[in-house]
Amino acid sequence: MARVPRRPGRRSRARGIAVAWTYLRLAVLVEIQYRVNLVVQLLQSAVEVGTALAVLALVFSHTGELGGWSRDELLVVLGLHVLLGGLVATFVQPNMTRLMTDVREGTLDFALLKPVDTQLLVSCREVNVWQLADVVIGAVIAGTGVARVGAVDAVDALAFTAAVCCGVVLVYCTWLVVTTGAFWMVRMDSVTELFDGLYQAGRWPVTIYPGWLRVGLTVLVPLAFAVTVPAQALTGRLTGVTLGVAAGFTAVVVVVTRWWWGRGIRRYDGASA
Amino acid sequence: MTALDVPAVPAVSARRRRVRVTPAFYYTVAKASVVTQFQYRAANYFYMVGMVTEPVVYLVVWTTVARAQGGSVGGITPGELAAYYIVWTLVRNMNIVLTPYAWEERIREGRMSGELLRPVHPIHYDIAFFAGWKVPVILMWLPIGGLLALLFHPSTDVRPLEVAVFAVAIWGAYLIRTMFMWVLGLLTFWTTRVSAIFEAWFTAELLLSGRLVPMSLMPDWVRSVAMFTPFPSSFGFPIESLVGSRSTGELLRGLAVQGLWIAVGAGVVSLTWRFAVRRYSAVGN
Repeated sequence: MARVPRRPGRRSRARGIAVAWTYLRLAVLVEIQYRVNLVVQLLQSAVEVGTALAVLALVFSHTGELGGWSRDELLVVLGLHVLLGGLVATFVQPNMTRLMTDVREGTLDFALLKPVDTQLLVSCREVNVWQLADVVIGAVIAGTGVARVGAVDAVDALAFTAAVCCGVVLVYCTWLVVTTGAFWMVRMDSVTELFDGLYQAGRWPVTIYPGWLRVGLTVLVPLAFAVTVPAQALTGRLTGVTLGVAAGFTAVVVVVTRWWWGRGIRRYDGASA
Repeated sequence: MTALDVPAVPAVSARRRRVRVTPAFYYTVAKASVVTQFQYRAANYFYMVGMVTEPVVYLVVWTTVARAQGGSVGGITPGELAAYYIVWTLVRNMNIVLTPYAWEERIREGRMSGELLRPVHPIHYDIAFFAGWKVPVILMWLPIGGLLALLFHPSTDVRPLEVAVFAVAIWGAYLIRTMFMWVLGLLTFWTTRVSAIFEAWFTAELLLSGRLVPMSLMPDWVRSVAMFTPFPSSFGFPIESLVGSRSTGELLRGLAVQGLWIAVGAGVVSLTWRFAVRRYSAVGN
């Protein structure tokens, strides 16, 4: 089934993408065998989103606005938070968990031996496809919020697309940077748990947090750029400067992540496999 | 482990079906747990720090609301909110008991076989083990609580009686939660698809216990519902016994309600256990 291009003359990058695509497809095929998991996932998502909406209702039963954000605008933030969390749980988290296991058990050898870019390979071996339910639910919530806030023009939509792309790349990079730590410290589980806990803070716009915390949620965990900035684009409060900073920051983080990954991989000495 | 050699069945009581649980049993298991958990200081600490995010988020949100409402929300000032959520972090740690998900592993791996051979009811082991764990947890919480106090400026005035009630109430909360988590865990004997039930329970707990927000900020009907559940006794009551301003009568009544829920929980545990254990059949060791 794997149609890896056979022609040797092709550029290696194109081949890498083809291999990645095959891996992704394979991961999806493996996962969709377990269809009952969809029901379980839907139940869990319903409970989580229901709770979040109840909290929102509770907050707005005591106040008319939260740090300058209206209820409908916070729906947009919540929706984007759920959506992005779904993307991470579908594509990023399962791969990073597997990478950590591979480093600990020495089975990363098998990925390293393949003639494609290892970072690309380790990032597309697993897809937890049922978590896409959260992406759909998040999109519906955010869409409802946008519809109630008012018209979004073409410029806003473009800015939103750019901001979301930056956010997705940033979150992926942060996960990879943290996971790469596994090359030095074998037990990284508690660190990812910490990271997961911090992600919950993104349900609210980072602008409401006190200064020291806002810096942490922008630089250490890129919640500000991943959730708040795209939400700003959809609620008409994003400035060109913020978007520029987000794009610049993303570029820097991508370069740093690539360098850090390279250092990590050089530390690796397959314990046994 | 030394915990195993505690009350070897004495020959005289051969007719008795169960060995009496001695304080020595509790002491030995708890001590082993303290020593074990001090070895995993770093892992325990990461875990505790990760847990701080949740109350900080709630605190910031409600402080923002209070400021927007001219200094207080439902009569609670930002300083009082800070006090509430800082004590929250300690009570949350006291609330950690054997997760019901652990039962799946216990049953799947046949580990219950060994536990059933012991002459005491297995719940005693769990109570003692997690109670011992609380000692390093409380010690490690002190700097976290101190740091949070520096950052968020809590304000509260505490009477000596409140401290005493609080010191009892956190252990009452611990016992209540142990009992009900055990009952939930026992459901695993009947079905393996339990996660939906667990998640529903945890959600109800989040909303009705005072974990999300002080119960006085909840709508009236939610508070009336909560009154008929064990949730406020295991979360909101211990916190408010220290940071709230309750009369002596209310404090003592709160402790009595806790005692009632412990008794109810223990009753349900012993009843469920009797039926659950009959369904157990071990595969493997």
